[in-house]
Amino acid sequence: MLKMLEAILHGKIATENIDTTGHKRLRGQLQCDGSCDGCGACASACPVGAVSVADGKAKIDYSKCVFCGRCVEACARKALVHTNHDALAQILADSAVEVSEAVTAKLGRSLHVRHLDAGSCNACDFELGAMSNPVYDLHRYGIAFVASPRHADMLMVTGVVTRNLEQALRMTYAAMPEPKMVMACGACACGGETYGSTYAVVGRAADVVPVDIAVPGCPPRPAAIIVALCAAADMLKERM
Amino acid sequence: MLVKPENLRGAANICSDSGKRPLAAMFGADETLQGGGLAIYCLFYNAAKRDIDVLKAPFPADGPLEYQSLTTLLPAAAWYERELHDMFGFEPQGHPDMRPLVLHESFPEGFHPLLKKYPKDYDARGHREYEMLTSQGEGLFEVPVGPIHAGIIEPGHFRFSQAGEAMLQLDAKLFFTHRGIEKAVEGLTPMEALPIVERICGACSVANTLSFCQAVEKCSEAEVPYRAWLIRTLAAEMERLYNHVGDTGNICAGVGFSPVISMGTRLKEYLMQLNEMLAGNRFLRGLIIPGGVQYDVTDAMLEEIEEVLREVEAVYADMVHIMWEQANFVNRIRTTGRVRPETAFDLAMVGVGARASGSTRDSRKDIGYGIYDELDFEVITETAGDVEARIKVRIGEVAQSLKLVRQLISKLRRNAETQLAVELGELQQEEGHFTWGISESARGDNLHCLLLDKEGRIDRLFVRSASYPNWPALTVAVQGDIIPDFPLINKSFELCYACIDR
Repeated sequence: MLKMLEAILHGKIATENIDTTGHKRLRGQLQCDGSCDGCGACASACPVGAVSVADGKAKIDYSKCVFCGRCVEACARKALVHTNHDALAQILADSAVEVSEAVTAKLGRSLHVRHLDAGSCNACDFELGAMSNPVYDLHRYGIAFVASPRHADMLMVTGVVTRNLEQALRMTYAAMPEPKMVMACGACACGGETYGSTYAVVGRAADVVPVDIAVPGCPPRPAAIIVALCAAADMLKERM
Repeated sequence: MLVKPENLRGAANICSDSGKRPLAAMFGADETLQGGGLAIYCLFYNAAKRDIDVLKAPFPADGPLEYQSLTTLLPAAAWYERELHDMFGFEPQGHPDMRPLVLHESFPEGFHPLLKKYPKDYDARGHREYEMLTSQGEGLFEVPVGPIHAGIIEPGHFRFSQAGEAMLQLDAKLFFTHRGIEKAVEGLTPMEALPIVERICGACSVANTLSFCQAVEKCSEAEVPYRAWLIRTLAAEMERLYNHVGDTGNICAGVGFSPVISMGTRLKEYLMQLNEMLAGNRFLRGLIIPGGVQYDVTDAMLEEIEEVLREVEAVYADMVHIMWEQANFVNRIRTTGRVRPETAFDLAMVGVGARASGSTRDSRKDIGYGIYDELDFEVITETAGDVEARIKVRIGEVAQSLKLVRQLISKLRRNAETQLAVELGELQQEEGHFTWGISESARGDNLHCLLLDKEGRIDRLFVRSASYPNWPALTVAVQGDIIPDFPLINKSFELCYACIDR
């Protein structure tokens, strides 16, 4: 018992500010500078069809990107580089994102999330788990994972939707009370191209349920998911 | 060795030597595009030769796919044979449980996706039965759980047959996250398949990639640079560390032991930040490639690793101290979820699960791939086979991994090589033979078997992760324990779903 108290005291406060910039080597958002000649080598190197060339520059579809770095290696002019910044969430729904003061006063920023693995490799799932560790401490934002879809404001989908889980995804969404929203977390749920199309894959989350927010990454870092969740908490108030 | 289908059972009996050479894997292949028919491969570990023995039974492409089931002889074959039926339509005669395994209700009967006649994205809709196994009797009842669980957990359906609180029987329906990965990589070059292989499983990303790369490298004369092996081995041990440290804490979540859960997740986070520094990805993706590694490790990084590991080691020691100090915690884990050594032997279990039940199997020692032969470490074993034993094995292995990482750091400092990877050139396999690669993941050995076509493209990739042979053991381990102990027992195995589902 004494050791436990000692360890808690020794551990101090581990919680840090959210930082969407990673280590120098992090393969984050891509940047294509002026020396690009639009040769398209990056586009042909991409295993998931996330890179295209538009207006003589590389254009990245972050919903599909698995951040493998193949396009950067293929760029002979070294025009395309990875920055060490997280690629951040895209708001897909039409609803305005401005925070309504009135609702803020009523509810505060609070969001209850139900996670559903629709066919992921478990990397996204581990990062969702990591958000609850003392370093990220998700609870400080008023966001919590709940055990039942009936308690949830938001469904968070990870993974491509597999044939074996399609029904579970539909039923989970149907079981949620209104107002509700869906977040697709990671390249599989957002873009669905990670493994190509196979007999066992239905597609991305948006092919089965309406997706409001897409968080890119393979997997997205916990900081990037938290930023997206905070945006979602603001959006939800709009719908009440 | 080639055998006729009708002799497969007899030959497997001889090859396995009553289980002394454990069944490593069993898989099918459709070799019609290579001028052959269908085939079943049986693999057995041969510790004396530090190798894997292979039996191949060729079947005619259009002929009957029946053969005598191995399961009644080798219980470890049970899942493999169900999968052989699902994926190719093989008919093991006398198999005690021929329910579907991989393909659930929405697929039609008679659809066998790994046959070459089906295109990759073949949309087969239909219906098949998937019946759960239950016990019947007066006063017995069933508890269905999943596939969607109450926490952030991968999907699987568990059906408990209960006599009051006691679990009489557990049937697990898995393969929910089956993505058809083995079909998805067909026709791709190994380099094209690499991003997919890295994404079979998050927590075993290094192990899967390392096994795959070794299977590819065996098709080339080129030698992987020594420095690349140092960095690969470093990555493999870092993966073991973050898994074991996180799992030690997570097992405590099975009994709600909060301070230790918190310490475990915090240490795991620090280790994952090191991963990001090394590979640019928190799951070490993008580091290991066929022929070597993509990135070097600088001296500054080695220093950072040393510093973080010192802190991790100290806090982990505190964590372990706190766990053993709590009598009520020890009471929960001792004799809970027991797997007897005989069961581990019969099911050809691997990894932590096997080593907690008296086995000494560890592919780092048994096969000695890469540079493990020149590194100093011990295989940790326990004999009780309960939750406590599996925790103790992990604690022991954390110490061994720290020792390994420190040896690797000192070797990396002394090594001045600049080459990180070699060109593998044209890939070639001996006709009619596949190549395999193995690596010891945090959950046990991970085996990849690779068949290439004449152009060096993947004709068949079979992925047998460590969780595959261990999952059936979990259903045995819970028998007789009470249902509130299930999360604890489950977490003490910490098996992947994504790895086995593929």
